[in-house]
Amino acid sequence: MRGLFLALAALVAALFVVSLLTGPAGLPATDSLRALALGGDGPLPIVMREIRLPRAILGLAVGAGLGLTGAALQGYLRNPLAEPGLIGISGMAALGAVIAIQTGLSMVAALALPLAALVGAAAGVALLVALAGPRGGSVTLILAGVAISALAGAGTALVLNLSPNPYAASEIVFWLMGSLADRSMLHVGLAVPPMALGAALVLSTRRALDALTLGEAAAQALGISGPSLRWRLVAGTALIVGPATAVAGAIGFVGLVVPHVLRPWVGARPSALLPASALGGAALLLASDIAVRLIVPDRDLKLGVLTAIVGAPLFLHLIWKTRSGGRV
Amino acid sequence: MRGCVRRSRAILAAALIAAACPAASGTRGAAPQRVVSMNLCSDQLAMMLAAPGQLVSVSSLARDPRLSPMADRAAAYKPNTGRAEEIYLMRPDLVIAGTYTPPATVEMLRRLGVRVEVLPPAEDFDAIRTEITRMGALLGQPEAARDLQARFDADLAAARRRTDQGRAAIYEANGFTSGPDTLAGSILGAAGYANIAADYGITATTALPMELLVMADPDRLITGARWPGQSNGEAILDHPALAAVQPEPQVTGRDWICGTPFVTRAIRSLE
Amino acid sequence: MVLRLSDLSVTRRRRPVLHGVSLTLFPGEFVGLIGPNGAGKSSLMEAALGLIPFTGQSSLAQMPATDRARHAAYLPQAREIAWPVSVADLVALGRIPWPGGGRSGLDRIATDAAIARMGLEPFRKRTALRLSGGEQNRALIARALAQDTPLLIADEPIAGLDPAQQLACLRLFRELASEGRTVLASIHDLGLAARFCTRLVLLAGGHVLADGPVDAVLRDDLLRRAFGITVRRVETPDGPAILPL
Repeated sequence: MRGLFLALAALVAALFVVSLLTGPAGLPATDSLRALALGGDGPLPIVMREIRLPRAILGLAVGAGLGLTGAALQGYLRNPLAEPGLIGISGMAALGAVIAIQTGLSMVAALALPLAALVGAAAGVALLVALAGPRGGSVTLILAGVAISALAGAGTALVLNLSPNPYAASEIVFWLMGSLADRSMLHVGLAVPPMALGAALVLSTRRALDALTLGEAAAQALGISGPSLRWRLVAGTALIVGPATAVAGAIGFVGLVVPHVLRPWVGARPSALLPASALGGAALLLASDIAVRLIVPDRDLKLGVLTAIVGAPLFLHLIWKTRSGGRV
Repeated sequence: MRGCVRRSRAILAAALIAAACPAASGTRGAAPQRVVSMNLCSDQLAMMLAAPGQLVSVSSLARDPRLSPMADRAAAYKPNTGRAEEIYLMRPDLVIAGTYTPPATVEMLRRLGVRVEVLPPAEDFDAIRTEITRMGALLGQPEAARDLQARFDADLAAARRRTDQGRAAIYEANGFTSGPDTLAGSILGAAGYANIAADYGITATTALPMELLVMADPDRLITGARWPGQSNGEAILDHPALAAVQPEPQVTGRDWICGTPFVTRAIRSLE
Repeated sequence: MVLRLSDLSVTRRRRPVLHGVSLTLFPGEFVGLIGPNGAGKSSLMEAALGLIPFTGQSSLAQMPATDRARHAAYLPQAREIAWPVSVADLVALGRIPWPGGGRSGLDRIATDAAIARMGLEPFRKRTALRLSGGEQNRALIARALAQDTPLLIADEPIAGLDPAQQLACLRLFRELASEGRTVLASIHDLGLAARFCTRLVLLAGGHVLADGPVDAVLRDDLLRRAFGITVRRVETPDGPAILPL
């Protein structure tokens, strides 16, 4: 288990460096890293510090956040199909972000953007927990997710279409599929602090999620407070998914694929799966973000396209397994 | 059954044309009397060349001072939003559309018996001259067109700078840049700048990764104008890396959008 | 005194399910909770633990959550295992209320002892979900034992088990009682309840109809009132056999 964590951490570190060294400009590696660390004159330090570094940091943070919330939601809902992107939480966050942008709130105060996305995510996850809950079956969960996703997607498209801005309408793809292209340190500053707070909240539910393995009543009898767990989970998820979506759009399937792959490696214990999924999510998103830059270097291929190509078949496989009655 | 439906539709269309379009039956050689322009760029040329009363309507975009250098004059015409129905009801004998007018609208108008001419966008100065001539011919105003062309040639010669002004980049929302084969690229060239897009083999308008722009380190940065409301596509123009390249970039405007004689103003704005 | 309920009443969906139940459990007792379906047995246990809203008093529900979890272990009727965890990890979940949370040396000792007591050593590393129903049940009881509490509350612990497993389970509970712990278990099989429990509580229509030694509770008139049946009691060398008629 310890080996797994070390291997994952090493993988994340390596991918972080590769992400820093990947880009259309094809810069020499040593010069790039020196410019990143030491600065200096000319355009190279600007490229490394202002363009590639924020992209790599956001890839790591957003991926870790999505992996972590995926594992936590699965643990709480006791369902391997739960995932912030699929069940509409990211979509609701995108709706909040779009509303903040189009009403001009994000111009008044920069924090309004992640905040509005956070409110959207919180509404989405609260609605979902109310509808599905730890006792809800897969069908309830997926149907609730489909409804919330549809509502959020329609709301986002409506707000963007009503915008007086000629570019807004074409941005639906960004909000639905997500991208890390040309994000700046401003985005890092807006998103990472609330995400760190959210991660702390979500990680504080580890023991409670372990106890939920035995069912809700047994977990309560083990001293787990249902309302406190629910509150921490909803708030933590919103704090992570909201700001992540506000800066990177809705990226699906990371929170589904990563916990599923890592679950057997951590003995299926939610408490161990949470940090492992955070590392795994960071690795997956960094790798995806490197891949979109290598596959079509001169176009902004959306990250969600890649994660969905990997994740959707797995999702179908999971539905197939739950359908035939087997647990995952 | 199907044939029946088709026939009845054809009869209906014929009846509509006969009832509503007496002007359309006039000879093609005569100057059109009720002209409708559906495109921001043809709007401007038509307003400059049409005889009084000849032009009935221009697109509603022509009234927008952010887009149109002739917004004041456009206010004198009936605006249209480019839908076949409203244009048909204006009973035009000539409709001037652009390449990007929805084909369904153009088809619909043609089926209803309206003459529709499509003007492609002018991407360089020669194309502007051709466009002026063509518009003059369409409107039956060749003398006016000749005058306008002569004035444009003189203006352009005065605005052009032959000396090397350095390297410049055009960077707009969503990270798009314009190469030398575009109108903006022509304006840049006429102002004496070398376009960095050419360094990366870009000739048309396409996305340029921001790090390539930063690495090219241009002397001058020209960014797209900002629109009301916000968009992520425009947010890229606030990126700190751009500010590091060029703290106060020049902003393009309405003179950069259409291939009309107003481009000479855009050239002068780069002085 | 391990548990004191006084005047406990529960209303569910505006329908009263328990009326003024008072009950006190002492160390060393194996109390069988009997009564027809819908008598309020599960509600009584959940209310005693403070898992559902109630009026009246429960000494257990008054405790802070962690203290309560160190005082009473609960085996719900639904035997749920959500994830394919190993048997050892499953049993260790019982240590959640304790300071180490399952990872300290003390926790390991308690977990190992519970596994050994339930004869689960061969299954330690096996995935709990792949075990048979009876084995899963043993693993879940081991989880409750690892919690190391003076009181064990079990809701229909022998339902769905084969006769050998039923006997093993009730024998274990009797043993726990003889060690000084207290067990409260709802049981439908009157014969087994009569054989293993030290005391019976007969619940019907949300009231305690009778509470006391086996013979005092399994009286014909009480059973007729509670279940609407009569029983034939046959004394055997191995204890009384009870046949419902």
